[in-house]
This record gives sequence, structure tokens and C-alpha cells, in this order.
Amino acid sequence: MTAAPEQDQTLDPGQRDEYLALLRRMILVRRFEERAGEAYAQGRIGGFCHLYIGQEAVATGSLAVLRADDYVFAAYREHAHALLRGTSARAVMAELFGKATGCSRGKGGSMHLFDAANHFLGGHGIVGSHIPIAAGAGFAIKSRGTDQVAVCYFGEAAVNIGAFHETLNMAALWELPTVFVCENNRYGMGTALERAAAVYDVSRRACSYDMASETVDGMNVLAVRDVMARAVQRGRDEKLPTLIEARTYRYMGHSMADPIHGHYRTKIELEEQKALDPIAHLQHAMTAAGMLAEADAAALHADVEVEVEDAVRFAEESPDPDPAELYADVYRS
Amino acid sequence: MPVITYRDALNQAMREEMQRDPTVFLMGEEVGVYQGAYKVSRGLLEEFGPQRVVDTPIAELGFAGVGVGAAMVGMRPVIEFMTWNFALLAIDQVVNSAAKMFYMSGGQVPVPIVFRGPGGAALQLAAQHSQAFESWYAHIPGLKVVAPATPYDAKGLLKSAIRDDNPVVFLEGEMLYNMKGEVPEEEYIVPLGAADVKRPGQDVTLVCHSKTVTVALKAAERLATEHGLEAEVVDLRTLRPLDIPTLRESLHRTNRCVVVEEGWPFCGIGAQVVDDLQREAFDDLDAPILRVTQADVPMPYNKHLERAAKPTPDQVIAAVRRVAYLD
Ligand SMILES: Cc1ncc(C[n+]2csc(CCOP(=O)(O)OP(=O)(O)O)c2C)c(N)n1
Ligand SMILES: [Mg+2]
Repeated sequence: MTAAPEQDQTLDPGQRDEYLALLRRMILVRRFEERAGEAYAQGRIGGFCHLYIGQEAVATGSLAVLRADDYVFAAYREHAHALLRGTSARAVMAELFGKATGCSRGKGGSMHLFDAANHFLGGHGIVGSHIPIAAGAGFAIKSRGTDQVAVCYFGEAAVNIGAFHETLNMAALWELPTVFVCENNRYGMGTALERAAAVYDVSRRACSYDMASETVDGMNVLAVRDVMARAVQRGRDEKLPTLIEARTYRYMGHSMADPIHGHYRTKIELEEQKALDPIAHLQHAMTAAGMLAEADAAALHADVEVEVEDAVRFAEESPDPDPAELYADVYRS
Repeated sequence: MPVITYRDALNQAMREEMQRDPTVFLMGEEVGVYQGAYKVSRGLLEEFGPQRVVDTPIAELGFAGVGVGAAMVGMRPVIEFMTWNFALLAIDQVVNSAAKMFYMSGGQVPVPIVFRGPGGAALQLAAQHSQAFESWYAHIPGLKVVAPATPYDAKGLLKSAIRDDNPVVFLEGEMLYNMKGEVPEEEYIVPLGAADVKRPGQDVTLVCHSKTVTVALKAAERLATEHGLEAEVVDLRTLRPLDIPTLRESLHRTNRCVVVEEGWPFCGIGAQVVDDLQREAFDDLDAPILRVTQADVPMPYNKHLERAAKPTPDQVIAAVRRVAYLD
């Protein structure tokens, strides 16, 4: 039920550099996640670790249109969002390893990445709990009268939480410059959306609150970018919220501890979705348009490899937090 | 006697109660098709069908309330929270509805419901997923609160909880699901409100429940072999109502007491135990009662910090040596 990819999308030669940048970022996220998965299997990352593999186009396309002063909130599947917001691969990997050099100083881990300097405000582990929080940033923006926006990323299973509805109502009622990006990867853990929701189309939920909404092919980074650009403009210019539903798919299990397929989805379905790989999609389109020579592509991959390997080495070599850190940061003094 | 896991003991309890009473049903996230996030409900959907083993949306407040409503009109719901961390979204229905209904209706409307799921810290799940909420629920009149430590108790107590006519908060140990123990073939129940002496001893009483029973038993072994002290380990099993007579009896023999719990110290279960015992057993006490708890901080992710935050046998031994005036 993922929207069909726009295979014949024509690329604009004038945007080659931007396409290249988007492609590199998606490859970075993919490679980062693959290495995180390996480190988890080796026991160097603990706890819950939710990988973003398959969904790269959503965060990459949407975050590309934000400004540094906008605010971003994400759930627990957020390594990509932190990286794309500008947190270094080193600081994210070190956080996954629980090291003092991690972006949350080893205290948050995979589910609680924070980088306040980049206006990346978590990393939230309770489904739906950050949706009103993001609207709170939208409220603050409106109070201060700036043209920033607040952006919230969450899964499709989160739209059945009461807080989602409470928040959409307030955001529409008070006209808060907030973009709600629902990453519809079709499953909340082992539950298909159609088994949990009376209405399949998440974007239709916006109707109840008379809020603008759009559904987009979340496997197509350029489509996501364009939809997001409109939503952000609506926030900046008209101070209005938008609900975006990006139809995407996760290629891994819910977390590293969960099966990739099994009771809840078939291997065949997974293989079908892998044929829509967002990275391959853009790479092929660029190659077909003569914008990407084989050597360019190879160079991109090699470049990313260096960055990710450096991050892993940095994380390995970094120290654990000082034992006294246990009692630090409970209160601000 | 068969040896089974704590997980399978809970599964047997639900299966037997569902066979025995058609008004019992199970509702929660991933309890059916996925066979339970922690596989506690494995096979139940196949045996009882989707009307009695109900997969829900992620809507804790909603399905907890649906459970309360069904209980008010004669069903016996078992509401599974994937973990108690997520039950915070539903606490309004547990506290404001389930716990109050019988009282504020002047005794007309009982709410026979069980809210169950795993609580406490597992490994490196960080601040939002590593919380022991026993004292939160034990604070509430109208709720019964149970936290079993062994497969035997888990099965017997869950059966009692399902048959009880009151709302029961049933906190399982996420780290206990794989624990194995003897569970009889024939039917039995363990009554709510009764503590259990897990190890007899005459030198000090260790009060504990759930996961910290293992911590206390480990400490007791080492106290015996390395320090020449015989600790009596009393597992509370039910936190509300609290079995003060069993504690008083133990203290009458040992005259010293250490309370161990996984939760935070402030207003914890141990604080209640100490309050009861200093009034009820004052003349039996030879030393102030000490407590061992989680560090008073949100749980950190880093594994060394996490280890330092959790109650350990070493801390229990240190506390025992202090109440015995050895240090
Ligand atoms: C309130 C709450 N209930 C349950 C959970 C356990 N849980 C974690 S992720 C998840 C599925 C969420 O799915 P979705 O929102 O679609 O995001 P995805 O994992 O697909 O990215 C569940 C049930 C939780 N973290 N918070
Ligand atoms: Mg999902």
C-alpha cells in the first residue's frame, strides 16, 4: 500500500549538486545503521536499538528543507534524524556505545539522542509522547513571533494514541507552526496498521481538525522534499500546521531484538519492498539522467565508508562516563 | 514436579483461568498474533480466539478504560501493558476509575480486573524504560498490588488476582521471565496478601519482593559463608495489603532488618515497611532498619552507570553488617 514510486520523475540538471547531497546523506544513514546493527550483534551497543534502514528518504528529504533554527523532535528510531540534523556520526555512534563523548553523554543511548545546539530535541521512547511536546515548541515560536517551525517525526502506530488527537486539535485551533511527519512504515512492532486503525489513511485524520495534510511516497526523497517544503512554508508564512503522511517501509525488524519477518509480515512482502529501495531509486534515476558516473557513485560510497568507520573507531576508543555522572544532571543547579 | 519458566507459569495461569471462566479475556498490545511482546500469551489466541485474546492499537488509556467498563458489567478482563512504563498513559483509568468505582458507588459496582505486565529495569533500556512503579500503585486505596518473584508464586498469585473481585495491579519482572522453577501439575492458588519466607535464618530479616528476592538470596548465601550470619529472606509477594504479621514474627526472632527494593528510595515500599515495623515491632529492634534501593536518579544508559544504580548483593551485605554492628 506504499504509494507507487514515480519512476519517470524527471530530474533537473540544475539541481545535480543537491541530488548528490541527498544521495550521500541517505547512503550515510544506511551505512551508519548497518554498522550500528553489527555493533549491536557484537554486544557493543545495548538496550533497544531501532534501525532506520528502508526509511532513509523520509528524514533525508524532509530535513533537507529545514533551517538550523527550526526545532526537530523524533521518536526512538532517530539515529538518522540526529545525523541529518548535523550531529556528527562520531557523537551519535559514541552515544549508541554509551560513551562520555556521545551526544547525550552516554546517558540516553539509542532511543534518547539529543543535540540542543542543533535544535534536535530528542529521542523519545514513549510512543506519541513527543507529539504535544513538538507543538509546545510551535507554541513558543508563535509567542516569540519568529518564522521558525517545529517538526515532529513519529510512526503510524502513534496516531492511535490520544495525545496525537489532542495535539492536532490544539495545533489547528491555535494555529501553531508545526509540521507533523508521520512515517508510515505499515507496522507498529508486529501490528499492521489496518489491524489497529479504523481509517487506513493517516493523512485523513487531519480532516477532523481542519488541518492541511498530504500523503507522499516516502521511498522517494525528492517527493518528500517537495511536500515538506510546502508544509514548512505554510508554517513560516501562514503560521499553520500540516500533517504529512510518508508511506515508507522498514527493512529490518522492529528493533534489533525482533524478527525481520514472521507472524506479522511475509518475506515476499519484504522482498517486494526492497525493490523500491529509496537509495537505489535515486541513484538509478541520476545515472539514467547522466548525472552520476559509476566512478562518482563509488566515490560517494567510499567517502561514507571512511566517515562511518571513523565514527565506530571513535566510539570504541572513547571513555565511559565518569562514575560521578550517575548523580549529575538530575537537577540543574 | 515440572520445572517451567516464570513466563510459562503466567501463561498457564491465564490459560487455566480462561478455561475455567468464560468471562475472563486478555487484551493488550501484541498479545495475539505476535504471541506477546515477551511471549507470555503464547498460544492463547489460537486456543481462545480473537474475541478473548484481543490485540489493541497503541492506546493504553483507551484499552485500560475498555477493560474497566467491561469489568463493571460482569467480565473479568486481564489487561496487559507491554511494560508498566507505558501504563503511565493509562494511570487515570487505573487510579481514578478502577480503584474508586466500588467505593464511590457505595459498594454497588465492583471492578474485577487485572492490570499486568513487566516492570522494573532490564538491561540498558535507559530512563524511560527502566522504572519500578510498585509504590505508585501501592499508594492507592482500592487497588491490590502484587509482584511475584518465582514461577510458582507467579502462577498461583495470577490465578488469585483474576478471581479477586477487586482491581489488581500485577507487576511482573521483565528480567524474571526466563527464570525457571518448580510448578506443580495439579491446580493451586497462592492467596493475595501473604508474604513468604524464602529462606529461614535467625540473625537478620531481609525484606524483598520481585527481582530483589534473588538479590537478597544471593546476599544471604554470602552472609552465611563469608560473614557467619544467617539471614531470613521474606518475600512480600503482595505489596498491598502488606503482610505485617509475617514480618513482625520474623523480626521477633532476628531483631534486625534490611529492606531491599528495586524502586527509588523516596516514598518507596521500604519506607512503608519501616513505618509499620517501627510501630509494631519497636521492642524487637536492636538496630535501625536500613534500606537498599535503586540510586535516586533516572536510569542511565551506560552499562557501568546502570550497574551502579541498581541494588546489589554487595549493598545488602554492607547494610546487614551495619545493622549487626559489625562495621
Ligand atoms: C505508549 C507506548 N506504548 C507502547 C510502547 C512500546 N512500543 C515501542 S515502539 C512500538 C511500535 C510503534 O510503532 P510506530 O509508531 O509505527 O513506529 P515504528 O516503530 O514503526 O517506527 C511499541 C508498541 C511504547 N514505547 N510506548
Ligand atoms: Mg510503524
